[in-house]
Amino acid sequence: MTRYLLSRVGQAALVLWAAFTASYVLLQLLPGDSILIKFQNPELGLSPQQIAEIRAYYGAGDPPLLDYLNTLLGFLTGSFGYSIDTGSPVVERLAEALPETAKLASAAFVLAVLIAVLIAFAASYSRTSWLRGALLSVPSLFISVPAFWLGILLIQVFSFRLRLVPVIGGGELQQLILPVLTLAVPISAPIAQVLARGIDQVYAQPFVPVIAAKGATRWWILWRHVARNAVLPAMTVAGLTFGELIAGSVVTETVFGRGGIGRLTEQAVNAQDTPVMLAVVVLAAAVFVLVNLVVDVLFPVLDPRLKAAS
Amino acid sequence: MKGGLILSWLVIVLVLLWAVVPGVFTGYDPIAGVPAEKLQAPGAEHLFGTDAVGRDMFARVVHGAVHSLSGAFVAVAVGLVLGTLLGLLAGSAGGVLDAVVMRVVDVLLSVPGLLLALTVIILLGPGTVNVAIAVGIGSVAAFVRLSRSEVVRVRRTDYVEAAFGSGGRFPVVLWRHVLPNSLGPVIALAALQFGVAILAISTLGFLGYGAEPPTPEWGLLIAEGRNYLATSWWLTTLPGAVVVAVVLAASRISRSIAKEGP
Amino acid sequence: MSLLDVRDIAVSYDGRRAVEGISFTVEPGEVVAVVGESGSGKTTTAHAIIGLLPRNASLDAGQILLGENDLATWSARRMESVRGAQIGLIPQDPSNSLDPVKTIGAQIGEVLRIHKRGDRGTIRRRVVELLARVGLPDPQARARQYPHELSGGMRQRVLIAIAIALEPRLIIADEPTSALDVTVQRRILDLVDDLRAEFGTAVLLVTHDLGVAASRSDRLVVMKDGRVEEQGTTREVMSAPAAEYTKRLLGDAPALSARPFKDAAAAEPAIVVRDLVKEFRVGRSSFLAVDGASFEVPRGTTHALVGESGSGKTTTARMVVRFTEPTSGTVSIAGAPDDRRFRRHVQLVYQNPYGSLDPRQSIADIVEEPLRNFRLGDRATRRARVGELLDRVALSRDLLTRRPRELSGGQRQRVAIARALAAGPEVIVLDEAVSALDVTVQAQILDLLEQLQRDLGLTYLFISHDLAVVRQISHTVSVMNRGRIVESGTTRQVFTEPRHEYTRELLAAIPEPVR
Repeated sequence: MTRYLLSRVGQAALVLWAAFTASYVLLQLLPGDSILIKFQNPELGLSPQQIAEIRAYYGAGDPPLLDYLNTLLGFLTGSFGYSIDTGSPVVERLAEALPETAKLASAAFVLAVLIAVLIAFAASYSRTSWLRGALLSVPSLFISVPAFWLGILLIQVFSFRLRLVPVIGGGELQQLILPVLTLAVPISAPIAQVLARGIDQVYAQPFVPVIAAKGATRWWILWRHVARNAVLPAMTVAGLTFGELIAGSVVTETVFGRGGIGRLTEQAVNAQDTPVMLAVVVLAAAVFVLVNLVVDVLFPVLDPRLKAAS
Repeated sequence: MKGGLILSWLVIVLVLLWAVVPGVFTGYDPIAGVPAEKLQAPGAEHLFGTDAVGRDMFARVVHGAVHSLSGAFVAVAVGLVLGTLLGLLAGSAGGVLDAVVMRVVDVLLSVPGLLLALTVIILLGPGTVNVAIAVGIGSVAAFVRLSRSEVVRVRRTDYVEAAFGSGGRFPVVLWRHVLPNSLGPVIALAALQFGVAILAISTLGFLGYGAEPPTPEWGLLIAEGRNYLATSWWLTTLPGAVVVAVVLAASRISRSIAKEGP
Repeated sequence: MSLLDVRDIAVSYDGRRAVEGISFTVEPGEVVAVVGESGSGKTTTAHAIIGLLPRNASLDAGQILLGENDLATWSARRMESVRGAQIGLIPQDPSNSLDPVKTIGAQIGEVLRIHKRGDRGTIRRRVVELLARVGLPDPQARARQYPHELSGGMRQRVLIAIAIALEPRLIIADEPTSALDVTVQRRILDLVDDLRAEFGTAVLLVTHDLGVAASRSDRLVVMKDGRVEEQGTTREVMSAPAAEYTKRLLGDAPALSARPFKDAAAAEPAIVVRDLVKEFRVGRSSFLAVDGASFEVPRGTTHALVGESGSGKTTTARMVVRFTEPTSGTVSIAGAPDDRRFRRHVQLVYQNPYGSLDPRQSIADIVEEPLRNFRLGDRATRRARVGELLDRVALSRDLLTRRPRELSGGQRQRVAIARALAAGPEVIVLDEAVSALDVTVQAQILDLLEQLQRDLGLTYLFISHDLAVVRQISHTVSVMNRGRIVESGTTRQVFTEPRHEYTRELLAAIPEPVR
């Protein structure tokens, strides 16, 4: 077990390092000198002397390998460099944005799981085939809806038509409702699909009639055996959706005009603020890798067959 | 064939026709508007209404199809070609090469698609083609994983071993047995990714990284309509509904391919 | 009054009638065997009785009287009180019949919990009692284990413990031993017999194996195509079968046919295997799948490798056809070149004919493949040869354009044999090639193999777990156990004067027709 744990942690660290390196190459190395581009602008009226000082301040002009190692060291010690756009430390901007997104994303994740479980269970419990079919087609609808459009639609219906949620102002909770829904709907779809498929597959297993032959009710079978077995693949998919939560926050925060990581990302792309973008990408990869590490470690606990294998 | 599947094919064919011969479907100009007819609600005259400068929204949606569809085709082509080649290579070669390719896939998967696309856009700059490439790169990992697992699955079957047992050489067996039997799910994924790419491209268009106004790209149309949310619902709702219909159709077709083979 | 009285029941799947006019009775304490081949409707009948038909099936007509109650009219709700308490089920495949994420103890205790028999402590004690009763050593520890930690035979004992937990009046045993090795099968059937004697439980034994049915039942119900062909006491049916189908079944069942032994002809060996060893590595440990196997097969004869699962017989076969590299030792095939042309000389036929045929190819393409690979003849001569090959394996040429999924199991295996013959091999290795087939089909394929051997002078290496089949087809036999060949000789020697303890155990486990 310890060996398994260590090797998984090692793998996770490796993936994270590779993600950092790849984004560094894409963002810092290839685009050339973003600082030069920004400060050479004649409107700023900076002398070459001043530009050189600024560049030294940002650490630009170092040989690529040294710069890479410096940046890597910075990331390892929690210093992500300086934003080209605002000049402030990236870590400050992240710290400012993170709580808002964490609130939004965690609420959306919980809601997504609830929606998914509801759809999958209702579909597998319903005996009428048209109801079952209708419920099972809900995830493919959810997955086909552009999140930005869904957000706009929700604002239109709930804020402008029904006037249930104010466009501006309102309590913290009120302001969260629509963004959370917007973020949760597309993410619930893959979880619901895998859960529903998993439930169907478990029902096809030979052990289900054996339990029925013991005299168990439908609900007993579904709850105590089928769900317990079907939750394992759904957990994997739920872990994979964490990356989508961060990506989805870009759209959601833009549509609802909220601050957060997503908004920060959008600003960074617009301003070609590569240090901020690098930090966001690495943050997203770190969250993804960490969550999936947790899922992997939890797996053998839930599935005794894997305990022996690991 | 079931009704839903027929409808899905109809939607796809219709949208393809919009892209190829938009003039057949609408007589209005998608770029030049008639200011006097601005912000009209949908009706017999203007099926999808008109926007703030009096342009016919239906004409804009029809003429916009070519941007979304060609972008999606490029994106799927990038993902399909790169991904399937890498997957085929990893799955049939095995060993170190397989391990390396799969680690690269892990890294690609660890960065959410949209962030990956935005990174590529920082590198290449905004624009329709760049957005399509960016979205395509985001889908490479999915194609690698699927095609590799299919190749590995098919290679383990008795009939592939039996083909070697009948005196088949590696390239012949690969071509005659492994490839045709692994292709079905990959084509299904390509159909699904077509829908996903349309979604992603419209999202990037909405965020302002795709086509420049006044191009009637679907994401951009919805972004422009946002300013009239309170008064003119049709500017955002109807183009969005078209996107949903196309993506739904693609995923329905994908499912039928996955089930019954191409 | 009978314990179970099934009267004229009919079942349909998606509106299509699968089973019709089934009537039979089970008296208290009696074993009634329902025998039939796949598709005969025997399992459907059993599932109808316990009310576990799949969603797309419906019980259209008839009565199922358990005592005075007609279960056919009962709601799903009411059936729940009958299942487990009055009717127990022993399922077919022990490997997947237990929930993989729950302990053994929890799964036996579950039947007691559902029917509310006692509190936690009582249930826990009863579970340990039951595990001990079905002959599992160290029952307390077993109760805490998970299904994957137990062998197939042990799992089947656990499933029996579940079935008898509430001492039901009737146990339905649906092919309870067909997935098990023959020695394990015997012990499990003995256990069921003991329990029946102890509790006076009646058993409805559903099986495809006439040997098992004949040796373990009081009465027989023979089913075919969803109807009862014949029923009566086992002794009557076995000694004087009335229905034509029963006669054929009896004739085809290899365990019961008293054909003469085949005597080995003196010929130079076509296959010589010397000190073959295969070591598999699993993580840091390794085990010997094959441990020093040696044998010879004279040209034009059949040599059988017999053993239970894990004996190393399949690994040996794979080394003979060079799909697996031996760790040490040699295989020489007389006259076979060492390069790719080896495959013209030696062919393998697989257990599962469906898995070994490419689902996307036509039958013509499949049979032609070796000819194309070795560039034998032009397109027209190849097509003509494919036609001849189909004639040879007695398949209609109409099938040439079909796909494998449109064929029956027996037809598919004939296609696989035709492909194996295509390039004119001298040695064919048959890896459990008839094990997945019904007895009547099995008998036909065995006849075909014998005929091909006579006509073409083929040498067979016949891998099987089924001693009855081996007795019928082979000239010489090697018995394998845990990677070693424990006994070799002519089939007559091995079957009539077994020298090794393990061979005797195997032979004793073959079900005898009459008790």
